[in-house]
Amino acid sequence: MKKFEKLTSRIVPLPIENIDTDQIIPARFLKATTREGFGDNLFRDWRYDSNGQPKTDFVMNNPTYSGKILVAGKNFGCGSSREHAAWAIQDYGFNVVISSFFADIFKGNALNNGVLPITVPDEFLEKIFDVVFADPNAELTVDLEAQTVTINATGDSFEFEINPYKKSCLINGYDDIDYILSHKEVIEAYEQQR
Amino acid sequence: MGKTLVEKIWDAHVVKRQEGFPDILYIDTHLIHEVTSPQAFDGLRKRGLPVFRPNQTVATADHNVPTLNQHLPIQEELSRYQVDMLTKNCKEFGIELYGLGHPYQGIVHVIGPELGITQPGKTMVCGDSHTSTHGAFGAIAFGIGTSQVEQVFATQCLLQQKPKTMKIEVNGELAKGVGAKDIVLYIISKTTAAGGTGYFVEFAGSAIRSLSMEGRMTVCNMSIEMGARGGLIAPDQTTFDYVHGREFAPKGEDWDKALAYWQTLYSDEDAQFDAVLKFDAADIQPMITYGTNPGMGIGISEAIPATVDQPESERPSYKKALDYMGFRDNETLLGHPVDYVFIGSCTNSRIEDLRAVASFVQGKKKADNVEVWIVPGSKQVEAQAKEEGIDKIFEEAGFMLREPGCSACLGMNEDKIPAGKYCVSTSNRNFEGRQGPNARTMLASPLTAAAAAVSGKIVDVRELLLEEYDVV
Repeated sequence: MKKFEKLTSRIVPLPIENIDTDQIIPARFLKATTREGFGDNLFRDWRYDSNGQPKTDFVMNNPTYSGKILVAGKNFGCGSSREHAAWAIQDYGFNVVISSFFADIFKGNALNNGVLPITVPDEFLEKIFDVVFADPNAELTVDLEAQTVTINATGDSFEFEINPYKKSCLINGYDDIDYILSHKEVIEAYEQQR
Repeated sequence: MGKTLVEKIWDAHVVKRQEGFPDILYIDTHLIHEVTSPQAFDGLRKRGLPVFRPNQTVATADHNVPTLNQHLPIQEELSRYQVDMLTKNCKEFGIELYGLGHPYQGIVHVIGPELGITQPGKTMVCGDSHTSTHGAFGAIAFGIGTSQVEQVFATQCLLQQKPKTMKIEVNGELAKGVGAKDIVLYIISKTTAAGGTGYFVEFAGSAIRSLSMEGRMTVCNMSIEMGARGGLIAPDQTTFDYVHGREFAPKGEDWDKALAYWQTLYSDEDAQFDAVLKFDAADIQPMITYGTNPGMGIGISEAIPATVDQPESERPSYKKALDYMGFRDNETLLGHPVDYVFIGSCTNSRIEDLRAVASFVQGKKKADNVEVWIVPGSKQVEAQAKEEGIDKIFEEAGFMLREPGCSACLGMNEDKIPAGKYCVSTSNRNFEGRQGPNARTMLASPLTAAAAAVSGKIVDVRELLLEEYDVV
């Protein structure tokens, strides 16, 4: 897994609640057997019409907005457990997703792929939206070590929570399998005593 | 202090608990299917690892498979490739596969219970969010991502934070025509689609207890739709009777031993839940959804809530959902025309669902404006339906009984609802485009779906239910 470093970036705002993983990557694009290439179909049905033409009113087709940070309304990533949603977000070029609430499975999938999900209070989320809609060039700085996300223009900063184990995985580029495999004897002993 | 059921099962499966780390949780049974496993098998190959416990892993092909002509090669190239890949991977890693053509093939959450693989007290995972279905037996069962599928392949364990626990009690008697699906749609309409996030939910109370195992599976199946990691119900005689004698259920002395343990699986009187919700079964009417998440549900005779009554920050998303569905504030859905009826999915494709539909439609015909697809959950359900003559009833009614798979629940195969069309669906998700690009899904019970099929519009099934139909 790629190591996560400090990131300063512009923002793609998506102020919609309950964005489910079927919107992030519709089921008909889950037929691939590798992890690559899902970014092309990220938010497919919001991004393209039925003829495959870009919908100009969708934020990702608006050249005014770009960046490595996706900011979305609450309950982001609900629905299906498809990890393809995290792969699509990463493949498109996002390293961070910010919302006021994440669905559990998506959050885990994102962390397992080096995409940092940051939960912020509703008011902080509104502030980010206000700033980016006033100035699309506005930037955020995410510092994983310090666990802070800062709106550079205003200096507003929020200290976010992350599981300390997951934090060290992201910083060091480790994954869970390395950790669990280091306990193989313990697993076998558990099986024996059952 | 006593323990909740979740804590009892969880604690019995903790291989290692270490301060600052999630628990290493042992997984008894790993179910896999063609869509979320190929990248996990690839990961094993890259690491040079075998599947640690292949005999605790069971595979089937369900998400991608056609529901017509399953005896022929899959027409669609990518689907065929993915299903072939599953066959190849299972062979290479020594995993039992109930693939197309096998008498046990079916939707992964239908075959686990019917084969007796699903048992009380187990930990079960699958790369599918509706794994919560198996919680109906008093198991800890939840959906995982593909990286976690790889973890379980490699170690038979998962790194997991112990979840918070919530108890949802539904007490009292259900009205005629109101069933398990209505209970769970009602609960989600109250909690919202995010209200259970971070929790494992134990469903309890007399209305839950009165449900059959299949009804309980419907309820637990949709616990993910309120955001919960999983849902479960304490096992009781109904559970034990269901499991007994099934293919992979314990036999003889093993059965007695297992049963003695299963009888200890309940939340202690003094157990503390992090949250408790209580509902009255008498308040529940047949439910239907009007929006684009499962929390957007109403009683069939109720009006769609007005946009102005939503929290201000949520109004744009709410309006977007109503616009997508072509519905307006304060509209009631009774009488609204329907184009498609889909009866199937891991929520409602079991034999009792098909029996309920058959008993309602017997002697009736589908409305001319509706196309009706019935997709059984498994080959065994399909065979049972044929044995009971249910297929004939459907045929006479003009319903199409297809072959097993996930089908139009998520439209990964050819079974898609066309753009703009209204589908009353017994599945679990009404997300935008879920059943096909721009398809409009209204979630409901099998009975409400059957009533829509014969009426050609949304109707209150209670008004059509004559005394002679003893269905719930």
